[in-house]
Amino acid sequence: MPTHVQESSKPRAAAVRDNRAKFLERAMSRHHYSGDALIEVLHTAQELYGYLTPELLKTIARKLKLPPSRVLGVATFYHFFSLEPKGEHSYIVCLGTACYVKGALGLLEVLERRCAMAGSTSPDGKVSVNSARCIGACGLAPAMIRDGEILGRMTPEKLNEDLDRIGVE
Amino acid sequence: MTIEELYETQSAELDRRKRLENRIYCCTAAGCISCGAESVKKAIADQIRSSGREGKLEVCGSGCLGLCSRGPLVYSERDNELYGEVAPEDAPALISSNPVDREQLRFKRADLEAPFFAKQHRIVLANSGRVDPENVTDYIAAGGYQALAKALTEMTPAEVIAEIRTSGLRGRGGAGYPTGLKWELVARQPTDTKYVVCNADEGDPGAFMDRSVLEGDPHRVLEGMAIAAYAVGAQQGFIYVRGEYGLAIQRLQSAIRQAEREHLLGNRILETGFQFRIDLRIGAGAFVCGEETALIASIEGKRGQPRQRPPYPPESGLWGKPTLINNVETFANVARIIERGGEWFASIGTEHSKGTKVFALAGRIQNTGLIEVEMGTPLREIIFDIGGGVPRGGKFKAVQTGGPSGGCIPEELLDTPVDYESLAAVGSIMGSGGMIVMDETSDMVDVARFFMEFCMDESCGKCIPCRAGTVQMHDILARLTRGEGTPADIDMLEQLSSLLKEASLCGLGQSAPNPVLTTLKYFRHEYEAKLKEPAGAGAGDSAAAAGGEER
Repeated sequence: MPTHVQESSKPRAAAVRDNRAKFLERAMSRHHYSGDALIEVLHTAQELYGYLTPELLKTIARKLKLPPSRVLGVATFYHFFSLEPKGEHSYIVCLGTACYVKGALGLLEVLERRCAMAGSTSPDGKVSVNSARCIGACGLAPAMIRDGEILGRMTPEKLNEDLDRIGVE
Repeated sequence: MTIEELYETQSAELDRRKRLENRIYCCTAAGCISCGAESVKKAIADQIRSSGREGKLEVCGSGCLGLCSRGPLVYSERDNELYGEVAPEDAPALISSNPVDREQLRFKRADLEAPFFAKQHRIVLANSGRVDPENVTDYIAAGGYQALAKALTEMTPAEVIAEIRTSGLRGRGGAGYPTGLKWELVARQPTDTKYVVCNADEGDPGAFMDRSVLEGDPHRVLEGMAIAAYAVGAQQGFIYVRGEYGLAIQRLQSAIRQAEREHLLGNRILETGFQFRIDLRIGAGAFVCGEETALIASIEGKRGQPRQRPPYPPESGLWGKPTLINNVETFANVARIIERGGEWFASIGTEHSKGTKVFALAGRIQNTGLIEVEMGTPLREIIFDIGGGVPRGGKFKAVQTGGPSGGCIPEELLDTPVDYESLAAVGSIMGSGGMIVMDETSDMVDVARFFMEFCMDESCGKCIPCRAGTVQMHDILARLTRGEGTPADIDMLEQLSSLLKEASLCGLGQSAPNPVLTTLKYFRHEYEAKLKEPAGAGAGDSAAAAGGEER
């Protein structure tokens, strides 16, 4: 799965953490600090930091010489970018048509009952729940993505087991 | 590499394969990977190593083998057999040279003569499952990049365009604009800087054709783009891929790197004077970016909002320069047309819709997966013969084509042939190729509500008919599914539908009412059964059923 879709849930080594600003700088310089590369830079920033803080957005705006309004506008327009911290694990339920007719709502219901409402993170910071429009795995409907990995032909039972495994109450 | 070297590489690879006893292809498309294809592939590789027959047997990954519902799939070249639901424990039997051992797997064999395979006509998917997408040599061995070589050395750009025009190829993204005409428009522009863009922002729920092509045969798309660039005079290309398609992104990145290393892309392509670079742009999750002007805005790093056309992108696109935008499947057809000629392509399909179309079958259907059929094939043949019909004795109710911009087609119209005009005539569209089958458990009003919710969330908010209209229509549909609607609500739905169709800025809003209009047309009784007023015996039941489906 793409590196930029998921934020690694494991704690990063301190060295990497310290170098994050440097990695971001390198990404911007690779694009010659061009404003056209805003989306690529936001992808990189989110990959490094997990989510986009206001400070991060301001820094990017300054370096790419863009108005902060434009940076915020883009960051909020696209579903991929998150302005809030994510949970340790991420569950994305596909609500595409194929999954929908095969009972995806039942899966979402399990997550919402046990973890958090779609679009939010459980209070203990353990699980983020999201829905997706279609992840293109229609042959495996109903499908979901757990920490970047596609799980096909899911059932509420399998999902419950999975949640038990990671220690959700 | 030079053109001579291209042919030498091909014959060397083919010679090498002749010395092999067998080559085993493990489907490594997203579907099979998620049911354990990687461990099957590893088990086969380990087994080959431990049996010490590395020079004789080979295992490789491959693109989608089609029958996704039976994954993980493995294809054995020697005996031309396809095995489904393969487990790592099957590896010894799979590689065995003793037919008796292989007989153990007979229950896992898929019948390649079955209608699912026999009724398909593969052009775009010809290599899918027959080449290793991570290895450019495999693509070259299958004749890859020879069409590009032919275009560069034997044809002028105008001749390439003429060939595409003769073929009658039309845009596979849904709208069906003649591809040759579009290329000519871009070629005619006098400026030096032009761009070629591949639209791989496949957003329709239920559609995974482009994903499979990119994952299974990425070089075919690159070659098609390079030929297009030569024809229109562009030196820079972009592929705009959905961020959700991680594997496709990874395979494209590696394909571009390999092609550049071999001088099949980049500077001095095939040691001729032609140069063309391709960069990837990763989408960030906005359905509207499939619309061409929104896609351009997104590549430029802006909010993906469409703009008024004209000017159309062939005149003023990326950074104001002439830009050719085609869909993945359109580009995937190009190399074969150049190789075999426009006349050949034009001989396939119907009068106005030439060639083949790839469809993704999903929903309540026996054989979910990826298929490619000749244009003009009746829906019934696709769903019942190829798709195997509704599983477990269920009863077919409707098929949805074209995603949120398409419509629901009922049983009585199943003899409609799939081509651009016929599908439009029944109120749906060809769309990008998602086909979702629904049985009698699906509530059509709820289906319409589902698509309207989709359009409501994905509306970019720029024009009012779409921004406000989708919200109003969704409210009414939600009310109807709760059993609280009135006859006036249905009238209002119809009025709003025509308003959105007429007044929205881009395709998203203009086509958003299609699912509502078709369900109203073909399943009106389901709407009426949900009305509050004339509460018949049936109304209460179906409202309760709808309540169960609702979130």
